[in-house]
Amino acid sequence: MLLITCPYCGQRDESEFACGGEAHIARPLQTDALTDQQWGDYLFMRKNPKGVHFERWNHARGCRRWFNAARHTVTHEIIATYKMGEPPPAVSK
Amino acid sequence: MNGQPNRLPEGGRIDRSKPVAFTFNGKRLTGYQGDTLASALLANDVTLVGRSFKYHRPRGIMTAGSEEPNALVQVGTGARTEPNLRATQVELFEGLTASSQNCWPSVEFDIGEANSVMSKLFPAGFYYKTFMWPPSFWMKYEYFIRRAAGLGVAPDESDPDHYDKTFAHCDVLVVGGGPAGIAAALAAGRSGARVILCDEQQEFGGSLLSGNDEIEDKPAAQWAADAVAELAAMADVCVLPRTTAYGYYDHNSVWLAERTGDHLPPGSTTYRQRLWKVRAKQVVLATGALERPLVFADNDRPGIMLAGAGRIYANRYGVLPGRRVVVMTNNDSAYRAAVDLAQAGATVAAIVDLRANADSAAIAAARGRNIEVLAGHAITGTKGRKRVSNVSVVRMNEAGDSVIGAVREIECDLLLHSGGWNPTVHLFSQSGGKLRFDDAIAAFVPDRSVQKERSAGAAKGSFALADCLAEGFDAGRTAARDAGFTDDSGNAPRAEAAAAEAPLRPIWVVPSVHPVGHGGKFFVDHQNDATAADVLLAEREGYRSVEHLKRYTTMGMGTDQGKTSNVNALAIMAQKLGRDIPQVGTTTFRPAYTPVTIGIFGGHERGDLMDPLRRTALHHWHENAGAKWENVGQWRRPWYYARPGETMHDAVNREVKATRTGVGILDASTLGKIDIQGPDSIDLLNWVYCNAWSNLEIGRCRYGFMLGEDGMIFDDGVTSRLGEHHFHMTTTSGGAARVLGWLENWLQTEWPDMRVFCTSVTEQWSTIAVNGPFARKLLAELTKDIDLDAKQFPFMSFRDGEVAGIPARVYRISFTGELSYEINVAPSYALALWQALMSAGEKYGITPYGTEAMHVLRCEKGFVIVGQETDGTVTPQDLGMDWIVSKKKKDFLGKRALARADTARADRKHLVGLQAENPSEVIPEGGQVVAELKDKPPMAMLGHVTSSYYSPNVGRSIAMALLKNGRNRLGETVHIPLGDRVIRAKVMEPRFFDLEGTRIDG
Repeated sequence: MLLITCPYCGQRDESEFACGGEAHIARPLQTDALTDQQWGDYLFMRKNPKGVHFERWNHARGCRRWFNAARHTVTHEIIATYKMGEPPPAVSK
Repeated sequence: MNGQPNRLPEGGRIDRSKPVAFTFNGKRLTGYQGDTLASALLANDVTLVGRSFKYHRPRGIMTAGSEEPNALVQVGTGARTEPNLRATQVELFEGLTASSQNCWPSVEFDIGEANSVMSKLFPAGFYYKTFMWPPSFWMKYEYFIRRAAGLGVAPDESDPDHYDKTFAHCDVLVVGGGPAGIAAALAAGRSGARVILCDEQQEFGGSLLSGNDEIEDKPAAQWAADAVAELAAMADVCVLPRTTAYGYYDHNSVWLAERTGDHLPPGSTTYRQRLWKVRAKQVVLATGALERPLVFADNDRPGIMLAGAGRIYANRYGVLPGRRVVVMTNNDSAYRAAVDLAQAGATVAAIVDLRANADSAAIAAARGRNIEVLAGHAITGTKGRKRVSNVSVVRMNEAGDSVIGAVREIECDLLLHSGGWNPTVHLFSQSGGKLRFDDAIAAFVPDRSVQKERSAGAAKGSFALADCLAEGFDAGRTAARDAGFTDDSGNAPRAEAAAAEAPLRPIWVVPSVHPVGHGGKFFVDHQNDATAADVLLAEREGYRSVEHLKRYTTMGMGTDQGKTSNVNALAIMAQKLGRDIPQVGTTTFRPAYTPVTIGIFGGHERGDLMDPLRRTALHHWHENAGAKWENVGQWRRPWYYARPGETMHDAVNREVKATRTGVGILDASTLGKIDIQGPDSIDLLNWVYCNAWSNLEIGRCRYGFMLGEDGMIFDDGVTSRLGEHHFHMTTTSGGAARVLGWLENWLQTEWPDMRVFCTSVTEQWSTIAVNGPFARKLLAELTKDIDLDAKQFPFMSFRDGEVAGIPARVYRISFTGELSYEINVAPSYALALWQALMSAGEKYGITPYGTEAMHVLRCEKGFVIVGQETDGTVTPQDLGMDWIVSKKKKDFLGKRALARADTARADRKHLVGLQAENPSEVIPEGGQVVAELKDKPPMAMLGHVTSSYYSPNVGRSIAMALLKNGRNRLGETVHIPLGDRVIRAKVMEPRFFDLEGTRIDG
């Protein structure tokens, strides 16, 4: 079970959180200008890296706030958590 | 001697003043306090304890610990019976009942033993080879295989015991309470750290309990007891005996199973077991080592035991497991067992040493006792049906791969063997740590750590006592330091340095007079009856990876997870492949280290505590009115109110008719409600609903669909404008939390600039819906300040006022198509309001109705239920509700997806009505609809029935269905094949009653 640092509450067990998948995917501003392919990419296509993954987490059984995390998908090390809107930390893959 | 023929007159850690009566296979026996079931059985000279998994060969006790592969027993009776417990781990208590498993009719006479004669039919992979033809018969074969090759029997009653769960945090968790673990806990505890020390056994000390060493000039077991007393007296140290650390998970999360009550008669303790979810800053793994068996011909008879186990039974339990002992070994440790058994009174007939020229103090000590040492010899076979009676010994060639010369038979009733020791690296490996093969001990040892842990002592491959103490103490001190604690811990406990040992000689298959596979069985995995011949066969058939080898031979797949077999199996594989052992590698170590009872995971969350039950404020009224319940998410809602003598059908018909002719009253409090406030609220609504909201006036309500970004409907509800920047949103009963989460998700991550707050108010409002032609008359009697005139208070609007003297907000919205008011009040007033409505409504025949009548009423009108008519693949257009999708809004969630070719095509599944040809026949919901009927499947399916009821108002059965291209099939006849019959139905518009919609104003 991961130990996750909520930027608002501090360290909590993974069981308090829900993972929301890949982070930093902005909703396209002009959706009607997109081809089906582009829209499909936005909607469905996600990175699946072996290494550092930036992902959204929700402290669902705590403060209910969303935040971002940089997690290594092999070691599960959580390199950083940071608030929504903050830039992702520079990490070496 | 209490009839315990093998009990020594003195010595051991059992309490001879406390005899304990127990039953094994129906026979009453006696042991002592401190015994395990295994030691008590051996004391009573019971050596045959079970039958093997596949060949039903007689098996005895092979080890003295949790790694036992053979002596699996069924313990307890009735609801408390538990299978597959290791007799070596079951503590004896008064009245314990245990029995053998996997034998019928009895362990002494087992019919399945015939399998042994036919063992040629049971090679590796025999399930796959033998029972695969014809393919459809596997299910039938499996039934018999499972019975024949069963383990124990699961109880068929509910578990009467209670289980506890707890979370714990510590600076240093020490796993294992042998010399290294105790030393580690001492160092960490003295430095001020919060420490948890756990050990799977009842008594701390590990190997110290069966040795004859001294620590700090005290007998080692005494030192262990004193040290644990010192630890227990520390304020921040938690000492947990009978506690197995069975899983090492991410971020130093280690889960422990504590058996709080298993050593006592059932029901003696509040909790039988407790699950500890420990989060440790640092972990010390002092898990010791497991002795590795030798693989030799017919190495599985009762009376053949690991050397270390023989020593434990003699020294720790005061039991002589045999009178005439032969020992076979490839290392020095077995010599200590031989000497101790001789000291206890056994005759050691010979020590067969696979090493030709080994010399050490241990060997000299055995020789000094006049024990014959047959160096460079091998045991090539054993005899004895239910207990070993003699062994054949032959000299080996220099390479150790064959035997030469005459066979010498030696009589014995106990054969001890040792193939070296495997560090118990299970938890280390689970933590992600990488292993290294240490040639000196021919075993895998921890190499690189991934998590914040360190191994010490035998777990790290350091077997000498002085090394264990020093390493353990150092590991505890550095762990505490890394966790931030620096108080002086003093010095490591002292023990005499061990004499030098002669090196181990790895011989993975002890040669016999016949090659492997041509006489005798060389068991590798005793629990799963997998042999060296199976490994070689698997290799011949092309299995090269150990993971494949494991699954093909079932090696290591028993409840013991191959603790005694894995390294032998992969070494034999490596030898056959001509590769080094590290190249072949190990299979993955997974939790649990030893089996864990499922009850421990449930803990208190069972029965009524399994899941929260949500009741409305009117629950008890419904209960008194005879409501039958329907579970809706966590809510419990009245399904229907049966009067005496009524069937469900009668009750629902009565409720449905009364609502259309008089007044029906529904508790709609479970409706999800979200209060939305802030200047940008209207923007939020425009984004999340597919219809337009900007022009909604204050005081008005609007129905809307929420779509996912894929364009599919995921919730619906009515939202009302309470003020310029204030809205009241309703959701489906089951979807309230999901919708609130959805809004928060978008607000927090995509539109953080929106000034909107969303608050759940589901439980702040109780909602009572009154429906029917007399609804207005009824309400008029109870309110003075709300003008109920249809023009003043039109459909899809709300008014604040008083109803029955209670502050209320009344919405004119309708899920029945009738004139309807949904009256919202604070929950504390709900019962008063309900009762006022019931008594005032008596003259109109007011009738409470439940969810079933609600479903019938809405289906008569063709109103959909999200989750019933929709399943995440349905768009508003599919439901024929194009009108709800805004054409003007530039964008909203799901808009772009509706323009995709697939969502825009005209022949998707559409919602239609169905009328069965027989008007009294109700089509089963979920029924598959086909256009063309064939004698048997497959038939091309058009879709399925989503809703189906008998409607007393229409006077016949009605149904809705999602059908391919359904709107272009109106008037067609379709078929619903049901196995025993076929229903023919006509496709029509999904509306059945009040087609003009004139009833809404009463």
